[in-house]
Amino acid sequence: MENVSQKKNGGEQPRIGFYICHCGHNIASMVDCADVAKYVAQLPGVVLSKDYKYMCSDPGQEMIAKDIKEHGLNRVVVASCSPLLHEHTFRNATEKGGLNPFYFQMVNVREHDSWVHTNREDATHKAKALARAAINRVAHHKPLETKKVPIHPDVLVVGGGIAGIHAAMTLANAGKKVILVEREPTIGGHMAKFDKTFPTLDCAACILTPKMSEVGSHPNIRLMTYSEVVKVDGYVGNYQVTIKRKPRYVDEELCIGCQECIPACVFKEPKFADEFNEGLGKRKPIYIPFPQATPQVVTIDPKVCLNFNKKGEVSNKCKKTCVEACGDKNAIDFTQTEKFEEIKVGAIIVATGFKTFDARRITQYGYGIYPGVYTSLEVERLVNAAGPTGGHVVLRDGRKPESIGIIHCVGSRDEKTNRWCSRVCCMYSLKLAHLLKEHTGAEVYNFYIDMRTPGKNYDEFYGKLLEEGVHFIRGRVGEVTDWAFTKEEEGKLVIRVEDTLAGYVRRIPVDMVVLSVGLEPQPDAQDVRRLFGMSCGGEGFFLERHPKLAPVNTFTDGIYLAGCCQGPKDIPDTVAQAGAAAAEAMQLIDRGYIEQEPNTAFILQDECCGCKSCIPLCPYTAIVFDESTQKAIINEALCKGCGTCVGSCPSGSIVQNLFEDDQIFSEIEGVLSYD
Amino acid sequence: MTEKKWTPRLVAFFCNWCTYTAADLAGVSRLKYASNVRIIRVMCSGRIDPQFVLEAFAKGADGVLIGGCHPNDCHYVEGNYKMLRRYRLLKRMLADMGIEPDRFRLEWISAAEGEKVKRVVDEMVQKLTALGPLAWDKKLEDWDREVKALEEHVQAQQTTKEVANA
Repeated sequence: MENVSQKKNGGEQPRIGFYICHCGHNIASMVDCADVAKYVAQLPGVVLSKDYKYMCSDPGQEMIAKDIKEHGLNRVVVASCSPLLHEHTFRNATEKGGLNPFYFQMVNVREHDSWVHTNREDATHKAKALARAAINRVAHHKPLETKKVPIHPDVLVVGGGIAGIHAAMTLANAGKKVILVEREPTIGGHMAKFDKTFPTLDCAACILTPKMSEVGSHPNIRLMTYSEVVKVDGYVGNYQVTIKRKPRYVDEELCIGCQECIPACVFKEPKFADEFNEGLGKRKPIYIPFPQATPQVVTIDPKVCLNFNKKGEVSNKCKKTCVEACGDKNAIDFTQTEKFEEIKVGAIIVATGFKTFDARRITQYGYGIYPGVYTSLEVERLVNAAGPTGGHVVLRDGRKPESIGIIHCVGSRDEKTNRWCSRVCCMYSLKLAHLLKEHTGAEVYNFYIDMRTPGKNYDEFYGKLLEEGVHFIRGRVGEVTDWAFTKEEEGKLVIRVEDTLAGYVRRIPVDMVVLSVGLEPQPDAQDVRRLFGMSCGGEGFFLERHPKLAPVNTFTDGIYLAGCCQGPKDIPDTVAQAGAAAAEAMQLIDRGYIEQEPNTAFILQDECCGCKSCIPLCPYTAIVFDESTQKAIINEALCKGCGTCVGSCPSGSIVQNLFEDDQIFSEIEGVLSYD
Repeated sequence: MTEKKWTPRLVAFFCNWCTYTAADLAGVSRLKYASNVRIIRVMCSGRIDPQFVLEAFAKGADGVLIGGCHPNDCHYVEGNYKMLRRYRLLKRMLADMGIEPDRFRLEWISAAEGEKVKRVVDEMVQKLTALGPLAWDKKLEDWDREVKALEEHVQAQQTTKEVANA
């Protein structure tokens, strides 16, 4: 190995320039930068060793370029932050100085040293060892070329809630072709279920549905509803995505949305729980989720349709009055089966949204036990004019509530369930308090821990509610019970709460309890994460690349996040983030190509013994066996640069660019040599 | 510097996508852990050649830690499984060579688990401190001497046989 690398280096003596960054006080407060520079200066091959306040600043970068020219440097090492943050910056500076950018090595003395250690002497000691390793390593570096790969110009948006809709519209209006995949029969997501939006109280449907129909008719958007992404292959700029199209037993091309089949169904009355109305309403086996659903195509639910048996196979036992009603449009097709379609895209925006907290998990609040206990999403449907009760707030037993308790933070800010604040609950609880008071004239009580209303005009909205005479009681509710102590409590639900401002435990009898449920990751978030090669934070929401500077990027290039799948947020934030994700996707595809890190592997043909042990190891089938020479060859275009084959080649004849054996061996020696 | 008290030397090989990022997260979160660890970045834990581990021990490491993505989460599909296979074999081989099992550890640490980097490093440093120095470089010299002595012994026997035969 040694010999090979020496031959390739052409016997050129390394002239290394070393720079250690203070990063203001971030590094300098824990690492004696001048001491490290002094130590490195005497290492073999080092021509110049400096410490500087901010290496990533313009003067810092220019210093590198200037020194390369003035001192004839042929290698550069910078000790500063993580290479994941600034490796690119310093490679550019190296290139600016006239060197190949890969004659550069970075030392992480911030994230891996000054920020995580408490003893200045030990941290300095560590910085020296890491610097030495990089000096050793960089001597073995070779000039490399980045590979330019063209980018497929189309974008896939996964999830048709407001985030997905806005991202898709932004891209489509910029002339990009977008494929929007939604697993439900219609786009619209949670927002379509809301009645009014806070704090302006404009109607959610009025602002959302025009956008939905625009998506449905946009020439640049291909809408795939009732579909799911099942496989993602490829890499940034060139993803191959397999989409499962679930059978809706109605031909989307032929259905005109006249909905004549629905009254014609053999079920005279709707009798199956309606998902869109949170189970408060009923639908038939053939249905359209709500009047403005996009696309305007009915769906048949094989679980309850009489034409299917229990196994979901077509039994043909029904009179099929729906088919008769459809007539010569012939849109109903019971022969449909699951179909898989493969598409190619350059970038992907994941906007898969959230699920609300299952209120049954907090048993003491009685959801699912007392009929008078509702979740906030159910109440959204109850107050909605298009909802199951036509906008009349009536309880399950038909009574109109005279008093209502709204319990905040159900499944939020709770060590027993979810630790995080769901951000939207205070505001939507205020909104529901206003709407419920308006609809019923009832006494409305809000039980809150802290009132969190940051946002434009949000706190003003809270002020307005205070004036409207809504009661606010500060305290986390202990339980909801129907156990009456007094005559007034009989037939009511009693909310037991410690009023922390008054300082005693109160019992408030109400007719209706609304649980302000928090936001959670989708139940299949882990599967989706694996599908797209993303990461999740501890709470299960998808992890952004950087919480501040790359909030819509993921660790996988070309995959972006929008909306609540990244964390709880309200509609304005969701829309803003969706726009940002669209802009990120656009800047990727408009560049037309990506530069790939040249860390691919190759096989030294003279040394390969043709044992074929590497071939089954490659997950990308990039290694082929050349029968004529009896040696293995790596197809560079397919190699992604993991180095698995390199680590297992018994004859050591595979080399990974940027991670060559002698580079890593010299690094190991370096980290251990300083004493 | 030489009069400084002995502290264990821990070499860590972290994959670029999960564990190295987790270590960055530990930094950003200002978690504090033992400064004995020296992290070397590779693109995937699958790149880690058993020779890297042996080399680290031979060059004076008291422990080696490998960090990769959780099963099913590998950026390169299955490199972490390949590492797991090698780890199992290597661990047995190291045990045969007299290296205590606690000196070599494989951990799955996702990009979100900065806390786990801290925990694993601290645990390992604690265990290595209890085990004391490995000083494998010295042991290798001893072994070299033993092998040499054995060689000489065999050679001497062969010569006596040859002499006897003659």
